[in-house]
Amino acid sequence: MSEKPSDAQILDGLAEIVEEVAGVATDDVTADKSFVDDLDIDSLSMVEIAVQAEDRFGVKIPDDELANLKTVGDAVNYVSKHV
Amino acid sequence: MSNVDVVVTGLGATTPLGGDVSSTWDALLAGNNGVRVNTAPWVERFDLPAKLAATLAVEPTAVLPRVQARRLDRCEQIAVIAAREAWADAGFAIPTDEHEPVDPDRLAISIGTGIGGPVTLLDQDDILEEHGLRKVSPLTVPMLMPNGPAAHVGIELRARAGVHTVASACASGAEGIANAWQMIQNGRADVVVAGGAEACIHPITVAGFCQSRTLSTRNDAPERASRPFDVDRDGFVLGEGAGVVVLERADHAAARGARVYAKVSGYGMTSDAHHITGNHPEGIGQIAAMTNAVRMAGLTPGDIAHVNAHATSTVVGDIGEAAAIRKALGEHVVVTAPKASIGHLVGGAGAVESIVTLLSIYYGTIPATRNLENLDPKVGLDVVTGQPRKVELAAAINNSFGFGGHNVAVLFTAA
Repeated sequence: MSEKPSDAQILDGLAEIVEEVAGVATDDVTADKSFVDDLDIDSLSMVEIAVQAEDRFGVKIPDDELANLKTVGDAVNYVSKHV
Repeated sequence: MSNVDVVVTGLGATTPLGGDVSSTWDALLAGNNGVRVNTAPWVERFDLPAKLAATLAVEPTAVLPRVQARRLDRCEQIAVIAAREAWADAGFAIPTDEHEPVDPDRLAISIGTGIGGPVTLLDQDDILEEHGLRKVSPLTVPMLMPNGPAAHVGIELRARAGVHTVASACASGAEGIANAWQMIQNGRADVVVAGGAEACIHPITVAGFCQSRTLSTRNDAPERASRPFDVDRDGFVLGEGAGVVVLERADHAAARGARVYAKVSGYGMTSDAHHITGNHPEGIGQIAAMTNAVRMAGLTPGDIAHVNAHATSTVVGDIGEAAAIRKALGEHVVVTAPKASIGHLVGGAGAVESIVTLLSIYYGTIPATRNLENLDPKVGLDVVTGQPRKVELAAAINNSFGFGGHNVAVLFTAA
């Protein structure tokens, strides 16, 4: 990616990944949603989502950071900060 | 003799003949063929001598929701598909928090497999080699483990009385059913969802079977390749598929007015202690398995009118089984060998063929053995050919044997 993506672009990208991995409709993947409690995503799927997000946005998401990404918004902020 | 009556109230399958039980049964009665040319590119790439396979008639990914399919190995996919059909066929709804049709503490699973998820294992190894750790699926272990099919069925149906997987190669599906019957006898469960599944068509498994010289190489005529008991048989055709039955304590089934296909009245399970792939030359293990099943059911050999044979279409195996049937039960037995149509489903075979045996009793109809043009004179049994045989059956045995010297005979009686 040549230009830094906007938060909205990051959210759209994450939503596509979540839809692909966990089958959650992209419209339901909003910043306020908790991956585990709201979107019913398990720890195995979170690993897949993180790997795909790393590839898509060119960031590194170490395991200890991944554990802190409770909501979709947390993930957007993390990517935005590290991209 | 058994103390508790156990009945079969639900059937499910996905096979090379059809995506469910009724399409499989109808195709079997029609004498259809499930053996196809294996068009996978690796057949030519490795110049494999056996170029045939009995692949599924309906792709499991066309049946399951996409996200569920990507989380399951193919073997797990087909176990879940067959279990859902059997569960619904038994008259049960999928459990929810509001409604659990069977007490979870009285519900168990017993689904066997020969290998489990070797395709996942090998594919993920390729990914590791090519792309490194990051790309290896976090689902690798739950997808490759042989208890995965049973475990996924147990989660979906909310079985808390135990989830079990037996691995006895090509006898796994039958042994899964026998073990389920025993669990109900022992009082561990009222309902057990039981059977077997296999989806192991991969270059290494085919190459391995080729090297053991067990597969048919009748590549120019796939529809005629699997021919149990025929003089021109030359090996089995590797297939994939799953069969699942719902076993239920008879009073539990009666209390809810369930339809009963047949009773499971006993089984025999023995081991040859002879050779890792070859039958015992005198068939002592096979004879004992059938004899023990008859004794457990409180019957005599003369009561067994029909045997659904293991008969895989190998030169040595089919004759050994025929001799064992004659010795254990007598020459009156009417035999059929469904692998002629279905191919060899390995861990799924004993379950799918138990379903065929059950339906033969239920409908009073034994499917014919396809491709049996010239009966090997050494068989010495009445093998159904041409058209299905209409006959009232009071008791029938399904035989399933496996590499390792496993011999399983499950005895079903009319309800």
